[in-house]
Amino acid sequence: MIVGLLFISSEILLMPTFDLASTSLRDLNRALHQIPDGANDLNFNVINPRGSHSVAVGVDKPIVVEIHGSVGYYCAGMNNGGIVTVHGSAGPGVAENMMSGSVFVEGDASQYAGATGRGGLLVVKGNAASRCGISMKGIDIVVHGDIGHMSAFMGQSGNLVALGGAGDALGDSIYEARLFVRGKVKSLGSDCVEKEMRREHIKILSKLLERGGVKGVKAEEFTRYGSARKLYNFHIDNAEAY
Amino acid sequence: MCGIVGLFLKEKRLYPKLGDLLSDMLITLSDRGPDSTGIAVYSAPSKGKIKLTVQSPKAKSDFSSLVAALKNGGIKASLETKNSHAVIKTGAKAKTIREFLAVNYPDIRVMGVGERVEIYKEVGLPKEVVGRFGIRGMSGSHAIGHTRMATESAVTTLGAHPFSTGDDQCLVHNGSLSNHNNLRRRLVREGMSFETYNDTEVAAAYLTAEMAKGKNLGDALKGALDALDGFFTFVVGTKSGFGVVRDPIACKPAVMAETGQYIAFGSEYRALVALPDIETARVWEPEPATVYFWDQKKAA
Repeated sequence: MIVGLLFISSEILLMPTFDLASTSLRDLNRALHQIPDGANDLNFNVINPRGSHSVAVGVDKPIVVEIHGSVGYYCAGMNNGGIVTVHGSAGPGVAENMMSGSVFVEGDASQYAGATGRGGLLVVKGNAASRCGISMKGIDIVVHGDIGHMSAFMGQSGNLVALGGAGDALGDSIYEARLFVRGKVKSLGSDCVEKEMRREHIKILSKLLERGGVKGVKAEEFTRYGSARKLYNFHIDNAEAY
Repeated sequence: MCGIVGLFLKEKRLYPKLGDLLSDMLITLSDRGPDSTGIAVYSAPSKGKIKLTVQSPKAKSDFSSLVAALKNGGIKASLETKNSHAVIKTGAKAKTIREFLAVNYPDIRVMGVGERVEIYKEVGLPKEVVGRFGIRGMSGSHAIGHTRMATESAVTTLGAHPFSTGDDQCLVHNGSLSNHNNLRRRLVREGMSFETYNDTEVAAAYLTAEMAKGKNLGDALKGALDALDGFFTFVVGTKSGFGVVRDPIACKPAVMAETGQYIAFGSEYRALVALPDIETARVWEPEPATVYFWDQKKAA
C-alpha cells in the first residue's frame, strides 16, 4: 500500500507516500481512515492524483495530507480535524461539509468550494468559482483571488473572505454568515446588504487573514456584507422575493 | 451528467496525433455517461469536394451497393466504409446526395456534412465506439467528443451527440433543457424537421434556424442564452475551430487548458491530464453566459 518515499526539494521526507497511478483511491482513503489512536505516522503524501475524485474524504484524525497535483470532485470532503493541502487545483466541492481542521488549495477551486461546511478553515490561494460557501454553516473560507456568482447562497454562519471581487448575486437569501470582500461585487443577491465594519469585525477578519496566510493586506480594505434579515419570516410585502 | 471533450491544435506537428489524444481524453470520462458515444473530427479538406458521413442499420448491404447506385444516378462519388458509418466524398452538392439517399436508401441517415467534418456516433462506451471507427488513427486540426448519460430521450444512435447544426458544424451538450418541447413546436412551424424527441437536437435546430436567418454562430449562441431554458454546457464545432457556452447558472462543469500547442476542453480536469505539457498549461473555467471561440485563422 505504501509505495515509496518522496523527495521534496533538498529534504528527504520520510513519510508514507501513496501513488494514485498505481494505488487505488479506496486503499488510500481506507489507510487515512484507519489511523490508530496514539499513532506517530501522521503525515501522508499523495502523488499523481490526476484529477481523481474524493481524494482524502472523511479524514477524522488530526493527520497531515499533502496532495501533489490537481484533484477532481469532493477532495477532503467531510474533513474532521485533518490538515489537507492540494498542491494544484481542486475540482467541484472541495472541503464540502468540513467539520473541523484545515484545507489549503494552492491553485484554483471549482464550484461550491466549502459547501455546507460546519467548521474548520478552507484557504484557496487562487480563485474560487461559483457558489463558494453555499449554505455554509460555520466554516471559515479565505480566497486570495475572486469568488464566482451565487457565493454564500443561503449562508447560515461562518465567514467568507475574498481578497478579489465577487460575481453576481453574492449572499443571496443569506442568514447570518459574514462576508468580507476587498474587490468589486458584481451584484448582491436577495436580502444581502452592505454592512458597517465595526471593531469586532476588523478583529475577526484580521485573524482570518493571518490564518489564511495573507500578507500585506489590512482588514480595513474590505467591505462587509450580510443579511438584511427581511426574508427570515414570511411577510406579504416580500412575496415577490420568496 | 455526460462528458464532453474538445481539442483544438495550434501546432500542425500534432495533427497526426489528434485522434489518439482525443480518444484518451474521452475514454477517461467514460463514467460520466455510459449510454452512447460520439466524435466529430475536422480533417484536411479535398479540393472541390465535400464529405457526407452517413450511417445505416443495414450498413453492409446498403454501403456495398451505394457507389454503383450513385453512379447510375449520375453522381460521381467515392465511399470509405467504417463499421456502421461511411464517408461519401463527392464533387456533387450535399442536397443532391440527400435527395438521392432519401429516395433510394431510406435507412441511411446523414450524420454530418462539410468540407472537413466527419461525425461518428453509436450506442456504447467510448473505448468500444472509438475502436469501432478507428478514431485513434485519425488526423486533423480539431475534434469534439461526447459520452452520454441519457436523460431527455431514448438511448439510440440518433439520440447520441454530436448533432449537426449545418455544414461543418456540430453541437454537443451536457445538461438538460426544460423548454425543448415548446421550442420544437415553434421550430416545426418555421419549417424545421426533427428525427428524435431529444432536447439537444432542438438546440442544434435552433442554432441552424437562427443562422439561416442570417446570424453568425456567435450571435446564434448568444440568442440561445435567452431562448433555451435549462442547464447546458455546449461545445460547438465549426470548420475552423470551436466555441463554448454555458448557461447563466453554470452548474454543468467545464475546464479549459491552453498551451502554445493546443486549446483543450474537458468536463473535468481528469480528461486533460494526459495532454502534452499539461503541467505548465493555463487552466481555467469558462465564465457563465459567455460565448467563447477559438479559430484556426486567429491561432495561426
